[in-house]
Amino acid sequence: MSGTQRGAPDRVEPLLFELGAPGRRGVDLPEPTGAATRLGAAERTAEVGLPDLDEATVVRHYTRLSRLNHGIDTAFYPLGSCTMKHNPRLHEKLARLPGFADVHPLQPADTVQGALAVIDEMARWLRILTGLPAVAMWPAAGAHGELCGLMAIRAAHEANGEARTRILVPDSAHGTNPATAAFCGFEVHKVQENPDGRVDTASLKAALGPDVAAIMLTNPNTCGVFESDIRAMAEATHAAGAYFYCDGANFNAMIGKVRPGDLGVDAMHINLHKTFSTPHGGGGPGAGPTVLSAALAPFAPLPWVLPGEGGELRLQEQAVGPAAASFGRLRAFHGQMGTFVRALAYCLSYGRDGIRKVAEDAVLNANYLRAALADTLSPAYPGPCMHECLFDDSFLDGTGVSTLDFAKALIEAGFHPPTVYFPLVVSGALLVEPTETESRATLDDFIGTVRALVARARARGPETGGFADAPANAPRQRTDETRAARNPVLRWKPPTTCDSMS
Amino acid sequence: MRWLPNTEADRRAMLDRIGVATVNDLFSDVPADVLDPALDLPPAAGEIEIERTFRELGGRNRAAGDGPFFLGGGAYRHHIPASVDALIQRGEFLTSYTPYQPEISQGTLQTLFEFQTQVALLTGCDVANASMYDGSTACAEAALMAARITRRARIAVAGGLHPHWHDTLATYFHFAGLELVPLPVAEPGCWLPDGPGALPDDCAAVLVQYPDVFGAVGDVRPWAEAAHAAGALLIVAVPEVVALGSLRSPGTDGADIVVAEGQSLGVGLAFGGPYVGLFATSDRYVRNMPGRLAGETVDTEGRRSFVLTLAAREQHIRRGRATSNICTNSGLCALAFSVHLALLGESGLARLARLNHEAAVRTAERVDAVAGASVANRTFFNEFAVALDRPAADVVAAIEQRHGVLAGVPASRLYPDREDLARHLLIAATELTSDADIERLGTALEETLR
Ligand SMILES: Cc1ncc(COP(=O)(O)O)c(C=O)c1O
Repeated sequence: MSGTQRGAPDRVEPLLFELGAPGRRGVDLPEPTGAATRLGAAERTAEVGLPDLDEATVVRHYTRLSRLNHGIDTAFYPLGSCTMKHNPRLHEKLARLPGFADVHPLQPADTVQGALAVIDEMARWLRILTGLPAVAMWPAAGAHGELCGLMAIRAAHEANGEARTRILVPDSAHGTNPATAAFCGFEVHKVQENPDGRVDTASLKAALGPDVAAIMLTNPNTCGVFESDIRAMAEATHAAGAYFYCDGANFNAMIGKVRPGDLGVDAMHINLHKTFSTPHGGGGPGAGPTVLSAALAPFAPLPWVLPGEGGELRLQEQAVGPAAASFGRLRAFHGQMGTFVRALAYCLSYGRDGIRKVAEDAVLNANYLRAALADTLSPAYPGPCMHECLFDDSFLDGTGVSTLDFAKALIEAGFHPPTVYFPLVVSGALLVEPTETESRATLDDFIGTVRALVARARARGPETGGFADAPANAPRQRTDETRAARNPVLRWKPPTTCDSMS
Repeated sequence: MRWLPNTEADRRAMLDRIGVATVNDLFSDVPADVLDPALDLPPAAGEIEIERTFRELGGRNRAAGDGPFFLGGGAYRHHIPASVDALIQRGEFLTSYTPYQPEISQGTLQTLFEFQTQVALLTGCDVANASMYDGSTACAEAALMAARITRRARIAVAGGLHPHWHDTLATYFHFAGLELVPLPVAEPGCWLPDGPGALPDDCAAVLVQYPDVFGAVGDVRPWAEAAHAAGALLIVAVPEVVALGSLRSPGTDGADIVVAEGQSLGVGLAFGGPYVGLFATSDRYVRNMPGRLAGETVDTEGRRSFVLTLAAREQHIRRGRATSNICTNSGLCALAFSVHLALLGESGLARLARLNHEAAVRTAERVDAVAGASVANRTFFNEFAVALDRPAADVVAAIEQRHGVLAGVPASRLYPDREDLARHLLIAATELTSDADIERLGTALEETLR
């Protein structure tokens, strides 16, 4: 292996397993007494096979690895649908206060009143911002919130003696929508989009029927446009006895400006790790609190946070009393406290007037990019857009450059590329979401880069291979994904004697 | 506002460039009567005020470190080395998304590959994924996966499964059309040494928790034999991952899927979340796994590189036919877990586990010596059940108030409907439990049970 402890960040960093040596230690723990155990037949007899490492080696290993990553802290990250906004460090500090970080979920209620107050106050903000009367705080991420919402919907139909089997989902939906519907035992039925990127109201109405449990729409949708007919669609849905699930991943465009409850939504998850700035951490964790209409509120998952007799808060953990109709538990314990602390701090920092500036600046930034790039890229739909702007790949016609190549060229220029090839409804999609925490100067820099790249792509022409060699200056060149999938190597394995002989 | 860089002049210039007069012109698709509602919310607060607010709120919680502490029940208090937190707060890890662009995500991808390897080694399985939300949802996903593999719809569940995990399963099963079949229940603190006994027909899987909810541990092999003889998979659910430093790996003993709560390493208590679910299985089932997988490959220059792979299982490719709907997982907690385990290494993990066990043995001996308290377990790792001579919830409340000791989790908190468990208390000890803590617990119990 070409691993080394020296050199530039494009070097190959050894695996942890290639760095160890017996006798090193990274944690100094006291000596056990060696007393007799009570582990019975379960006592371990074989080694686990982990490497022994010292602290400095571990710190250097991860520091070096971190330098191979692009983060919001590094540079612009306009990854559509993911809302890569600045992650305030104040929130990291607060979440680490011992009064939150070092509290056990099963402590007696009188010792966790502050934690329950954070949940309760975050719930209040979410109810007010969405205009819906109830919120299930426990889902661990957006997809888990979708599950929560669809479970509440199915429970409501079951309570009504109805076994509705279908969910209407447009093709532009995020993959989690159909996956969740199937997970929850529903059949997915597709609805059509219009040429303007919106769900076709007539086709939606035509698809509604007595077997439809819910419609599942995203608003603003994944094409970055607001579903202007949304109230009519909600009304038709309710008239057909179905519910309206809204994917709230794009709530950043609406926060403080529009309440989904005013649009006829019955259930909507909110990705706290998008709109409310809790960090994505390379893929998680998140939190997906799910707001519910009055019709669905009785079915909300356990536990419920309720006021006790003396004004204190308590957890109702059984499906009895007010929670008798609850569909049950979605997970152990009660939600992502660390995420709630960060999200609530975010809310309190903006306050009632500031919070709508978030949506306004997010939408302004996206439209600015759209306007500045409309003659260079190819906007998929007429404007204005909401917090993100969708382009198709027709601007690359005749250049021999694909959306993927173009994304890699953006990497070479120092940016994280937009979301590519999603949504599926336009060819070679580029979904650009700048977020409100980027300045006009950053956007101008990006705009200038995109213009220059498009000019270069056109100048090079199809015969020169486009950007196939990009990103030349990144920690890695293009990776062989086919090889990874065909012959999966999903873990390190100790070298066998044979290997080490050769 | 410090998070909004655009000035009024910027905004004006941008609106001009777009060609609209006001920002609300950009919201023209929103029905005008619902735009800009009045919000009954407080005004903005600065950093000083926010810190004060949260210190006050946090101060209304008792921190586990404020005094002797013996709670477990699916979440365990361990020491986290300072380097863990310093490393996971590096902005390149903290503020990146799922590693969709491998050229600029090797940091995340390699750490996931290392995490997967660590989890596979610990569980004794061939492969592990890049994390699930937590142990309970990983457990439910394992059952769904077993149903997919065997094309059967019943899961036989041993009595020692944590009630929260059990109830999560029950919810998922109701909606997924699976049936949860309860297996005979052992006495609290006892492990059924001969496995589950007779199994119902057509089981997709047998699910057993190890250590079980009362802390008992024992041989997994008879469970694997029974499951396999019935054409079912064995799922082993581990609520306390540190236990695997002292206990035989379930994968080596025949488990087909091992799921665990990884919170004990690197993550902390955090009032229940975010945590990190570990999910491991054997090579032959890898294409049925839920969740992300990092895999090794090379770049065009032949350098070792990592990518997300086998994505054809996942929602963004397979949509309605995906193995799971999971997208965001628990990446940063997986990183914390991995850094902590890297620091421990083979010898450190063994020692940590041993210290936990010895602290629990000393605690059990002290508690067992109290009149009116008797330890139910023959075997355990770092948690055990005690039968008291009166309701455990009352004892816990009294000891907390009079002695400042958090004595454990009353079984009634987890089983409010089980009269027979009202007097049982779950007590956990870890490397953070001192002899002085144990003595304070013993004395408090003596004075309370007198
Ligand atoms: C539109 C949309 N819906 C749903 C999700 C799923 O959310 P999560 O990743 O938090 O599960 C996402 C994000 O990935 C999304 O962009």
